Amino acid sequence: MAGVISLTGRTPGSVALSEGYAEQKPAFKVVWRQHWMIYAMLAPAAILLILFHLYPLWGLSIAFVKYSAFKGVMGSPFVGLENFRRFFEGPDAFNVIRNTLGIALGKIVLGQIVALAFALTINEVRNALFKRVAQTTTTLPHFLSWVLIGGVMVEILNRSGIVNRAIESFGFNTISFLGDPRIFPYTMIGLETWKEFGWGAVIYLAALTGINPETYEAAAVDGAGRWARLRHVSIPGIAPIIALLACLSLGYVLNAGFEQILVFINPIVFSTGEILDTYVYRVGLLTGEFSLGTAVGMFRSVVGFILVWLSYWLADRYANYRIF
Amino acid sequence: MVEERNLGDVIANVIIWIVTALLVSVCILPFVAVIAKSFSSAHAVTTNQVGLWPIGFNIDNYAFLMREKSFLGAFGVSVARVTVGVVLNLAVIALTAYPLSQDHLHIPGRTVFKIVMVFGLLFHGGLIPTYLAYKSLGLLDHFAVLVLPVALNIFFAILIINFFRGIPRELSESALMDGANHLQVLGRIFLPLSLPSMATVGLFAAVTHWNSWFDGIIYLRHADQWPLQSYLYNQVTQQRLQGTLMSSLFHGKDDLTFLKDATPEALAAAMVMIGSVPIMLVYPFVQRYFIRGLTLGAVKG
Repeated sequence: MAGVISLTGRTPGSVALSEGYAEQKPAFKVVWRQHWMIYAMLAPAAILLILFHLYPLWGLSIAFVKYSAFKGVMGSPFVGLENFRRFFEGPDAFNVIRNTLGIALGKIVLGQIVALAFALTINEVRNALFKRVAQTTTTLPHFLSWVLIGGVMVEILNRSGIVNRAIESFGFNTISFLGDPRIFPYTMIGLETWKEFGWGAVIYLAALTGINPETYEAAAVDGAGRWARLRHVSIPGIAPIIALLACLSLGYVLNAGFEQILVFINPIVFSTGEILDTYVYRVGLLTGEFSLGTAVGMFRSVVGFILVWLSYWLADRYANYRIF
Repeated sequence: MVEERNLGDVIANVIIWIVTALLVSVCILPFVAVIAKSFSSAHAVTTNQVGLWPIGFNIDNYAFLMREKSFLGAFGVSVARVTVGVVLNLAVIALTAYPLSQDHLHIPGRTVFKIVMVFGLLFHGGLIPTYLAYKSLGLLDHFAVLVLPVALNIFFAILIINFFRGIPRELSESALMDGANHLQVLGRIFLPLSLPSMATVGLFAAVTHWNSWFDGIIYLRHADQWPLQSYLYNQVTQQRLQGTLMSSLFHGKDDLTFLKDATPEALAAAMVMIGSVPIMLVYPFVQRYFIRGLTLGAVKG
């Protein structure tokens, strides 16, 4: 296994192609004459990468100065790591980091469990039409934006919404899903799971379809019942995918869901609902603390990058997965 | 699949059906409730009688929206954004994927390009540096800020690169031998062969553009430039949470009093439905084709 991402770009299918051309290295002038159009084709993407991915990185320097919009970055006094210190020693850091990790981990764990359970359940449905309808309807929420989902959920989760009316009709007290700091994080985890479990099940289902039917038949001949086949054929059959998704999920532990939280957060639930991303937006951009916001954002970007890289490395090492 | 017909199996089937049907209902019923509210009478909505079926069926809320200029404007911005955005996405993806898929050609500098691309996929400067960069590029308050920064979708590009790699090298080589240039090879051979994949990526890009809203609210300061989702964020979720729901929409609309069954609450429901309908029309197709690409990448490794 070479690197995490094979940058020389050889897919298994193209091994035979890599001889010849790649070995002899002609002078650049020759290459240019032959393939200048290749460079021309890459030019738009190169410009876009430079303008919108590399150029903004320059702005990270704001994290190390006491930024003032009048003086610009170069004119603002250099303060070293002061902005980072201000965040980590400030009153918000603990809550914000705890909320981020808690909500993100909750989403990963609950989301994967529900998706897996749903895939295993629906895989046992034998009526093809019902199976297809179930799959299509459960993936709908994945394709709708959090704004739309927010519009729907604010309707049905409020005090007089249908969920609370159902709870009341069973004789319980109504629940303030979006307005109680103790409940808010769980509402976020629940809603994310609700939105994504159908889509999450898709990949497990694809793996389940890949299991050779003869394995099930052989197990049945040996006297395995339905439950035994689930335990000893289905689950081992998709174990590699479970391992892969577990590895990749490491890259998401700082990803508590910016757009979702931004849609639902309100001042009453800041203490348990504010995450790193919304903090950067609210404190950094809205109240104009650019240096503090950039420092917190940079902390989040760097740690996030390391985690994603680590997750790809693990996925390559243990699940033989590459993106490129 | 193994077939059995004993009591245990029948019970198992019943449980499986009930669990599946339950999960399906949980996904669908919230939307049914919103649809019901959007078609209900003002009295039924304000007295909170509406459940899963409209009470006092009428279309006043939709009629109100069809006359509301701010809503129609936002809808128009979204349509423009999707159209321009998707064309740009596909053009850049095709142009980028072709050179990066031709691994047998010796192209100095290509590896550096790929490294920057993967880096761009995984590392972001963060909200504020990005905001300041767009500001200094003069993109703030321009429609272009919705489509240009996301013109190169790296994730979709990688999908198409992997697809292009599967096209036999002989096809492009013989065409080049006959005097075609790379652009012609891309246009006459690669694109026709990858039409289904490009269509899928195009649909996905359309869904992504339709659903984006955060860029609208931070980079465009005038609400009349906002796409529909940014508009809905402001009108529906924010004002709903703060309890100041759309009073502005009703303010000074005395000429619309004949639409007596339009209420702020039900209007929000109608807006959400109109925002969802385009997605509901295309996602079954997107989903079916995308699953293939997704599983190809993941299972094949």
